Amino acid sequence: MSSTQEIQTGVAEILEEVAGVAPADVSPEKSFTDDLDVDSLSMVEIATAVEDKFGVAIPDDELGNIKTVGDAISYIEKNQ
Amino acid sequence: MTSLRIQQGAAGARVLGLGAYRPRRRVTNDELAQTMDTNDEWIQSRVGIAERRWAEPDETLVEMAVAAGGKALAASGLAPDAVDLVIVASASLRKPIPGMGPLVAHRLGVNRPGAFDLNAGCAGFCYALGVAVDAIRAGSAVNALIIGVERLTDVTDLTDRGTAVIFADGAGAMVIGASDEPGIGPVVWGSDGDQHTAISIPEGLPHMTMAGQAVYRWATTKLTETLFAAMERAGVGPQDIDVFAPHQANLRIIESMAKKLGLPESTVIARDIVQSGNTSAASVPLALTALIESGEAKSGDTALVLGYGAGLTFAGQVLQLP
Repeated sequence: MSSTQEIQTGVAEILEEVAGVAPADVSPEKSFTDDLDVDSLSMVEIATAVEDKFGVAIPDDELGNIKTVGDAISYIEKNQ
Repeated sequence: MTSLRIQQGAAGARVLGLGAYRPRRRVTNDELAQTMDTNDEWIQSRVGIAERRWAEPDETLVEMAVAAGGKALAASGLAPDAVDLVIVASASLRKPIPGMGPLVAHRLGVNRPGAFDLNAGCAGFCYALGVAVDAIRAGSAVNALIIGVERLTDVTDLTDRGTAVIFADGAGAMVIGASDEPGIGPVVWGSDGDQHTAISIPEGLPHMTMAGQAVYRWATTKLTETLFAAMERAGVGPQDIDVFAPHQANLRIIESMAKKLGLPESTVIARDIVQSGNTSAASVPLALTALIESGEAKSGDTALVLGYGAGLTFAGQVLQLP
């Protein structure tokens, strides 16, 4: 089990690796598409990286509900 | 019970020639941006396409298949009469009776071959190649002509920015023949029918829809093992691959696959999608022909090919270029 802070740091690492987002720009209220300029295919790459890193499953129909960094963090917390 | 005789064919098959037909009309991203809410940067960053070819009314599936098939036959050096199997792979034939295979063969002067159509979506060409190689090895054929041809613009909503920017038209063909020395490895094929709605023409709609995220995830996670299996069954590894020519669906999928395979720097990666868009069953032979014509791929090069698409279906093999 990772803490909320650990999860946010982990998500930020994935965002940097997959989409080149600066870790300093990552906070829970940020929208992936509107604030961090992550497109729909990069969201898929982020989902698969999150699955590998945190051992959670993110089906395609759940992926559409994850709009912000905070949504991702709470999804991971609930499902890990 | 009477026992039946069976026959044994050639030890293997090899590629003898390739050919392509690209429709005359070139459609740039800027042209599409005039009629829909999109732009060159958006298209290039999502799918990596700069332009594509859209067939005009006279560039029918049969005409394009005949044009590509004729070029492949000429490149092979075979007389049309030497061909005894013709397979036309396509997913965009709107009136499926009759199939195109017999007419395409007749138009090319091939005399009474086994001829049929094969629909395995964008994997159709690699499925057809697998079937043809096995037919040659079983003694059912000696030389085969395999053609992938599509007019995806006939089944695409050309006002929908999600699909109209991706799908395109064209034909690619390959002639293969019996050979003591195998030049085409075993096909590794399969399907994931639980995802049959991911790329489909839904009931009541004239056009194709695609669940882009689901297909992207499937292509970038599930198909790597198919590529490794195709290499393993042919007895080669990533370091032996001179040319990597997967189905040209999306440049980002191509780059992701290439990265996961750990191909050497020297491997030429087909990026025909930049100029041709996604031409489904035609994309693999179109991409190989483009690399041969540009000189980037050479005779004797070992190529890894993979088709994947609606079904969902997938098929890959290793082959040596003529």
